[in-house]
Amino acid sequence: MAAKRTVDAAATHGLALYREMLRVRRFEEKCAELYSAAKIRGFLHLYIGEEAVAVGVMQALRPEDAIVATYREHGHALARGVAMGPLMAEMYGKVTGCSRGRGGSMHVFDAAARLVGGNAIVGGGLPLAVGMALADKLRGLDRVTACFFGEGAVAEGEFHESMNLAALWDLPVLFCCENNLYAMGTALGRSESEIDLCLKASSYEVPAWPVDGMDVVAVEDAARRAVTTVLGGGGPIFLELRTYRFRPHSMYDPELYREKAEVEEWKLRDPIPALAARLREGGALPDAVAEAMETEIAKEIEDAVAFAEASDWESVDELERFVYAEEAAP
Amino acid sequence: MSGDPAPMTYREAMRQAIREALLRDERVFLMGEDVGRYGGCYAVSKGLLDEFGPARIRDTPLSESAFVGAGIGAAVNGMRPIVEIMTVNFSLLALDQILNNAATLLHMSGGQFPVPLVIRMATGAGRQVAAQHSHSLEGWYAHIPGIKILAPATVEDARCMLWPALEDPNPVLIFEHALLYNSEGEAPAEGHTVDISRARLRREGRDVSLFAYGGTLAKTLQAAEALATDGIEAEVVDLRVLRPLDTAAILASVAKTRRAVVVDEGWRSGGISAEISARITEGCFYELDAPVARVCTREVPIPYPKHLEDAALPQVPAIIAAAREVVGNRG
Repeated sequence: MAAKRTVDAAATHGLALYREMLRVRRFEEKCAELYSAAKIRGFLHLYIGEEAVAVGVMQALRPEDAIVATYREHGHALARGVAMGPLMAEMYGKVTGCSRGRGGSMHVFDAAARLVGGNAIVGGGLPLAVGMALADKLRGLDRVTACFFGEGAVAEGEFHESMNLAALWDLPVLFCCENNLYAMGTALGRSESEIDLCLKASSYEVPAWPVDGMDVVAVEDAARRAVTTVLGGGGPIFLELRTYRFRPHSMYDPELYREKAEVEEWKLRDPIPALAARLREGGALPDAVAEAMETEIAKEIEDAVAFAEASDWESVDELERFVYAEEAAP
Repeated sequence: MSGDPAPMTYREAMRQAIREALLRDERVFLMGEDVGRYGGCYAVSKGLLDEFGPARIRDTPLSESAFVGAGIGAAVNGMRPIVEIMTVNFSLLALDQILNNAATLLHMSGGQFPVPLVIRMATGAGRQVAAQHSHSLEGWYAHIPGIKILAPATVEDARCMLWPALEDPNPVLIFEHALLYNSEGEAPAEGHTVDISRARLRREGRDVSLFAYGGTLAKTLQAAEALATDGIEAEVVDLRVLRPLDTAAILASVAKTRRAVVVDEGWRSGGISAEISARITEGCFYELDAPVARVCTREVPIPYPKHLEDAALPQVPAIIAAAREVVGNRG
């Protein structure tokens, strides 16, 4: 019986992971469509192909932990539990958006989810995450700050300064480097003299683990081990999550810098069908369940779009609100 | 700290202000290059490491972006950091964090993430330390919405501005002119408070308004004394706060004297002096009896030799000359 329960629990969790990745995928597919329809403007950076990273890491975080993410953060927000309605409203720029519509796609914030952006300066979130962790340490709070950034950020001084400071002060930061091989259009080997990212982190005495970022189970497993170490006072950990984005860098990118064949090859490792196959093998994903899941998600997205459409724009009278705080800080 | 007013240096006033903040609020900590074992590059934090320990007096690596950013993150996450940057020139290495995060997070997040942070730094010239340690960029920082800019020029302000800056829920940058650290003044009594939203009248006058702040206040007061011997009564307004500017105080003084000279150790083009002049023109153009005059730093990187440095900076004779000019060479 015990063995059966364990299998059931694993299957249930596997299904939850699958569902979460599928939500992110379908949400972003809808966003691409809405971008073409000019409902979403500005920059739109899709996470399609990389879902296993955010979904896997989020499993290891508790509500009290914090997240600092990049401009490619829709997946992180959804996987962290930011409701789809306010997230879609943010994509539209409506006042009901999780940042009152002021940030848009690149600046998703949610205090309740302890999601501190949505940072669109490459490397700019790392010092912030180090400070969040410093506060937790000084306050004696047993919390971790997960900081997501791309491999492009390792070329920034802020990466090196932050690695050093976090290690020097033994701060509870989980550095999650999403290595999708291209900093916009520049391949890692074209911009770095040393392309072993774990070696860079290790040089600051930060334990660094390479992880298959196309395998959500492997990501979750690594993140759980890392969080346990970080919370045990072990200082920061660096995860190099090896992944790939299937879509262009942003909606403006003609993708002149990579071969279509390379993209197709990576698509064979798409984390969503890969997990589906494993679940089906164990009998955990009957077609009826998969179909019901698609229907539920489609409904959630439909509701989110309706919510965004029906929402108001922020009044121009409020343009200057929150340049400065309206009350004492908590 | 004694209960009675007593003379003390600007440096000591600042040190006492930091000490008081550390004693009053356990969320306060000081972080920066050489603030601990070295005692601060201007000796402001001397002795604090022994009293408060390394968790609250934190020596940092030479990583301005990381430790300023860490101050922002710590402020977002419940602390009240005081970050010290050695000089304004080095703060440029942290400009990304100051502008793109500290000044921006609250508005961009729709009001969710205030950044109650204080950043202190030395500014200004006059010590023959040449072009990479002498600039006055506080006016530049005053261009940025979302942060507040303070420039204490007196011992009283050095002693009393820090606590309200820490209580302010916004990022506050405090610019301490490096030549002021040894200046002496009367220390305020314990519990004395100052308003960090207002300019202060330092000398009353009826003939011309002289606007100054930080390192140029003392020179401007000297100029006013010299003008008085010629029968010109200059009013001296210490701006104290460069963002948000106390426009009402500026206009009230000009409405009274009908003439204005702005003294600024920053460069003239696009500087805070230009902003003040514009506000006077916008706010009380028809009350002016003469065009607004400015005495600024010459538009060069600050050179090393004393005679060239002196020539580059606003000096008392230039302030006197400008004031005479706007009052029509009276006296």
